[in-house]
Amino acid sequence: MCGGSTGLKNAKQQHNAMEPILEVKTLTMDFGGLRALDSLDLAVYQNEIVALIGPNGAGKTTFFNCITGLFPPTKGEMLIAPPGKKPTKLNGLKPNIVTANGLARTFQNIRLFPNMTVLENVMIGRHCRLSSGILGAAFRNRATVLEEEKVVEESYAMLKKIGLDAFVNDFAKNLPYGAQRRLEIARAMATDPFLLLLDEPAAGMNLQETRELDELIVRIRDEEGISILLIEHDMKLVMSLSDRIFVVDYGKKIAQGTPAEIQNNPAVIKAYLGEEIDA
Amino acid sequence: MFLTFPIMVIKVNTIENIVVWRWKNLFIVGIGVFLLSFVWRYLIKRKEVGKKKAEAGELVKPPITQRVLKEPKFYIPALIAVAVFAIAFPFVFSMYQTNIMVTALIYVVISLGLNIVVGLAGLLDLGYVAFYAVGAYTYALLNYHFGLGFWTVLPIGAAMGFLFGVLLGFPVLRLRGDYLAIVTLGFGEIIRLILENWNEFSFGPSGIANIPRPGLFGIQMSLHSSIIYLYFLMIGLTLFTIFVVNRLQDSRIGRAWIALREDEIACQAMGIDKTKTKLTAFALGATWAGMGGVVFAAKTTFINPASFTIWESIIILCVVVIGGMGSIIGVIIGALILILLPEYLRAFSEYRMLIFGAVLVVMMVFRPGGIISDVRRIYRFEERETTA
Repeated sequence: MCGGSTGLKNAKQQHNAMEPILEVKTLTMDFGGLRALDSLDLAVYQNEIVALIGPNGAGKTTFFNCITGLFPPTKGEMLIAPPGKKPTKLNGLKPNIVTANGLARTFQNIRLFPNMTVLENVMIGRHCRLSSGILGAAFRNRATVLEEEKVVEESYAMLKKIGLDAFVNDFAKNLPYGAQRRLEIARAMATDPFLLLLDEPAAGMNLQETRELDELIVRIRDEEGISILLIEHDMKLVMSLSDRIFVVDYGKKIAQGTPAEIQNNPAVIKAYLGEEIDA
Repeated sequence: MFLTFPIMVIKVNTIENIVVWRWKNLFIVGIGVFLLSFVWRYLIKRKEVGKKKAEAGELVKPPITQRVLKEPKFYIPALIAVAVFAIAFPFVFSMYQTNIMVTALIYVVISLGLNIVVGLAGLLDLGYVAFYAVGAYTYALLNYHFGLGFWTVLPIGAAMGFLFGVLLGFPVLRLRGDYLAIVTLGFGEIIRLILENWNEFSFGPSGIANIPRPGLFGIQMSLHSSIIYLYFLMIGLTLFTIFVVNRLQDSRIGRAWIALREDEIACQAMGIDKTKTKLTAFALGATWAGMGGVVFAAKTTFINPASFTIWESIIILCVVVIGGMGSIIGVIIGALILILLPEYLRAFSEYRMLIFGAVLVVMMVFRPGGIISDVRRIYRFEERETTA
């Protein structure tokens, strides 16, 4: 909330000076005859919290799947420019390479590894930053042992940061719902991303959990310097959290701007928010 | 009663061309089924009570098998007892028993290999015996043509297994579940059919005979002592397998395999290379089958394609599933039970397969997780306590 408004100013001032860290140009995705995404443009700048909203079936998750490499887009260009690194084109990269490049995501329907412990889930997130191979595993040389010790420590530190350290040894499937959502975030953070893609992080959460999530997301941005792009239906959360909002409907972008601008945008009201604003 | 009616009640006397009606049998079957159904109901009920307790959040004690494995007070003496038994075995029991034990140990090794593919990586492989055949034929053919010895071929057999694992791995990378099972089934059959029909290469169905037993610095050994030697060799190989598989399971790669089993898409999204992970699982699993095959050829001194039918694949798969997927000790116990049980049930002659089948059904109903389900959990727990 408070983080949102100060971040907004920072982000606005920086826009002109900086290159976007994620730039998507005319992204189009066809499933057979259905056009799920229709030349969508989107840019995210450093230290920004950007929300992607729209009615159900608008193509928001498809958009995530395209950038993370799960679906090859029909048309369009996706570029990332990690801070301090040279820009990379995401088109045609496999999902694991996209993650290695610093884009991490969570899923709308929670996709943890249910029969692994909480710590192991986070350790999987560290996987792409480790290097030990088959021989290292079999002979357990010094480098491998050190690496394993380090990954346990780092993963535990990550759990502490997200506030899940009490569950360290529990199976992911036995966690309460809200904790499972947070674990997904912890696991994604473990991959060392510069941009975190959250797919409906507040879905199914109660008021208290949503408020905690709000604080967590702001903290991730402020303390870790990770930018955030999120899909969300909880308008209260979106409005308080985001620096900028993109609205999609039927695969097309119908509006973009600050929360205040979006709230008063007639196209958005027509497509989506109408009733809430009137009331 | 109705199902067994034709076999149990009607008996055709072909000499006198009359039908003998054995109504008394019908009665016995009826009573037997009636009583058994009560036992069955009782056990099912007990199982459900246990489940409800777990759901109600009551503290359910971990199963006795896992508690025993966790307590050093229990497992250290158990380990010593097993070691003493293993060393004394060939000297106490007859050659026949030792021979059976060697077979069982071969199955332990290859089942641990399949455990990597099925138990850890969750890839259902029904053609696993193909790699076993590759190992066996590698030894037989290299020995026949070039006179290479057992110890030279053992690593070559492992390498061939690895190679064929990669070879099978490539076409099935996109597949999962049922489709994968069918393709691997086909692969297993292809290898067997090649061996059966390509006479110039594999000597066809007549097989290859006179494969030498493993040598020990060229010392001539009697049949009995060579089997004892083979037994200890297998014990060594088994220990080596357990050692390596255990370490693999508890490594970065092992974690990736389990993650792949749990959720393929999430696994990719977390930066794990699906292609590489699947290929290593297939290849490493096949490596153990290759080694097992070499020992098998050396043990029987004769191989032909009939030893490598789909039935073998299914038995090995049963070992993994019944022992407990992903659990090393479970798989070892499973292999010993599944291979030794039919052997010792020979006294019951034709009923032995019936008993065997019944044991499988009962196992799967009452312990779907296997004899000892994933022991890895406990181990991870202990490690965490110290680091956290």
